[in-house]
Amino acid sequence: MNLHEYQAKELLKKYSVPVQEGIACSTPQEAEEAYRQIKTLYGSNFAVVKAQIHAGGRGKGKIVGSEQRGVQVGKSAEDIKNIAQNILGGTLVTIQTGPAGKLVNKVFVAQDVYYEGPNPIKEFYLSVLLDRTKKQNVIMYSTEGGMDIEEVAHKTPEKIFKEWIHPAGGLLPFQARKIAFNLGLSGEAFKNCVKFVTNLYTAYTGLDCAMLEINPLFKTSDEKIIAVDCKMNLDDNALMRHPDLSSLRDITEEDPTEVEAGKYNLNFVKLDGNVGCMVNGAGLAMATMDMIKLSGGEPANFLDVGGSANAQTVEAGFRIILKDPKVKAILINIFGGIVRCDRVAQGVIDAYKKLGDIKIPIIVRLQGTNAEEAKKLIDESGLKVESAILLSEAADLVSKAVA
Amino acid sequence: MSVLVNKNSKILVQGFTGTEGTFHATQMIDYGTNVVGGVTPGKGGTKHLDRPVFNTVADAVAATGADVSIIFVPPAFAADAIMEAAEAGIALVICITEGIPVQDMVKARHYLEGKQTRLIGPNCPGVITADECKVGIMPGFIFRKGTIGIVSKSGTLTYEAADQLVKAGLGHTTAIGIGGDPIIGTTTKEAVELLMNDPQTEGIVMIGEIGGGMEAEAARWIKANGTKPVVGFIAGQTAPPGRRMGHAGAIVGGADDTAAAKMKIMTECGIHVVASPADIGKTMAEVIAAKKK
Repeated sequence: MNLHEYQAKELLKKYSVPVQEGIACSTPQEAEEAYRQIKTLYGSNFAVVKAQIHAGGRGKGKIVGSEQRGVQVGKSAEDIKNIAQNILGGTLVTIQTGPAGKLVNKVFVAQDVYYEGPNPIKEFYLSVLLDRTKKQNVIMYSTEGGMDIEEVAHKTPEKIFKEWIHPAGGLLPFQARKIAFNLGLSGEAFKNCVKFVTNLYTAYTGLDCAMLEINPLFKTSDEKIIAVDCKMNLDDNALMRHPDLSSLRDITEEDPTEVEAGKYNLNFVKLDGNVGCMVNGAGLAMATMDMIKLSGGEPANFLDVGGSANAQTVEAGFRIILKDPKVKAILINIFGGIVRCDRVAQGVIDAYKKLGDIKIPIIVRLQGTNAEEAKKLIDESGLKVESAILLSEAADLVSKAVA
Repeated sequence: MSVLVNKNSKILVQGFTGTEGTFHATQMIDYGTNVVGGVTPGKGGTKHLDRPVFNTVADAVAATGADVSIIFVPPAFAADAIMEAAEAGIALVICITEGIPVQDMVKARHYLEGKQTRLIGPNCPGVITADECKVGIMPGFIFRKGTIGIVSKSGTLTYEAADQLVKAGLGHTTAIGIGGDPIIGTTTKEAVELLMNDPQTEGIVMIGEIGGGMEAEAARWIKANGTKPVVGFIAGQTAPPGRRMGHAGAIVGGADDTAAAKMKIMTECGIHVVASPADIGKTMAEVIAAKKK
């Protein structure tokens, strides 16, 4: 589950990780008021308005139909109000959102961190994530902050450092010191960085993050170390032990069809093709998508109905897939192991009848327990449903449907 | 022969008296699997499915001599169940549970380092040696005794492959569902290696999916050490980058973990890679026939 910057920063503060402070606002008036508070608190005329969406590249991204960027500095209440006005309710397109962009419902009005002081400012990169190969968490960091880290990794791999964390020992003090030394810090900034990294790793494990990225990790002119931006992704499997975090989910950031599918416990991912599919099991679902492509179609979705392929789930699946007008055919592919094929077939027939007039061809491939009985049920139902037992037969039927 | 489990394996069921545990233990017993008992903390001393229930894995091992354990414990407690089984000296732990928090698995996987316990899964269908022993949730009837081993990240895709092999006139030694999570006990390479060393296995079906580097690792190992033909399939050729496709581990993060990249390296390493999941059985039959000429 992805969080917004403002939500992630609130959580980090609970772990004593210093952040660029600010206030989340839903209206230009709130933004104006937030500016006044921030000005009082930090004594600067400058503040920054940051669009809150689940995607990066906001600073370079633009609001559709204007030249407004997703992140902009202002130096008066009027400025901030106007910028917020331009951003809120607009659609922000960045390199990560795709051309459709994302609707901005909130802005984060934040303190200016570029204030003048005794020393130069510095921007770094730091993230915590799982290294699947080593089966350990890893802290990845670089002196090249505020830029696209994948580009840094590609062009100058020597500027990326990694520190693997022992699963039982956790982040050890010498490792935190090593990170601060490698970032070229000394004095107060060094001490602050060690504290920052230590607390950040505690937050990563304490919140069951799947990924935590601070870019830029910022050294202010008075030697503070703070998180200026934060991308936090929580492990969905661990949300059961964090009931308070589940409420941070912003479903307006998700595809509405995917949200609806979730209510039926269906695992659904919207794609862009013309053949819908409904499958039991994630691997077989992906394989079915691949087969649709090889048969001349393009998969319209990924849909794993899990072990519960009954009339209710099939009906829900039909409804969700049929929402997409581009879908020209639907392939149901169930390998009935524990779940009996004749039961699934009856579910398909019941759902079909309940929905009434389905105008596109439906192909049902049922293999496994009672496959023959299931095929007979479908064939004798009188419905416009093609049946298959072998996967290759189903592939041929898809080819015909999209021809 | 066969690998991991056979008719002499003594199976313990952790989470024995729960709905899932009860259902699948019954199916396993019907298949002929030697289920010697189960563990449900607090229900020790009772009987379930005509078999003794124990409070701890250690008690169960002491009383029954169990050497294999299958876990149906809910996600929040599953990592603990894995570690308890390892501590009790169980040689093979098969964890079916889906949805275990990844940080729990980081700990559990580390706990197993240096111990004699092999973990299969989690988030897997289990292991079956055809006509001998089913330790998992797969439908037993699709498997026939034969000479092909299967290694797969996916449940229903394993069944699909198993069924196609039978329709192509072949049968199975052992099918190993290694699981679709980011952190699992036994890797593709390790499972392939077990089957490569099994005298009865003549060919191996290796089914992977997007995400991670296990298939590439297995492919390189096969190129260097392989003695038997391998037919490979990678699910997710049409999966969009950055999206999790059902399995927690099935996500394209970079250029190396796409289906195309994996298929390329597998082909370069001499694996017979099929583009369509419908061709797995047919291709294996052709490869085996060509070898026998």
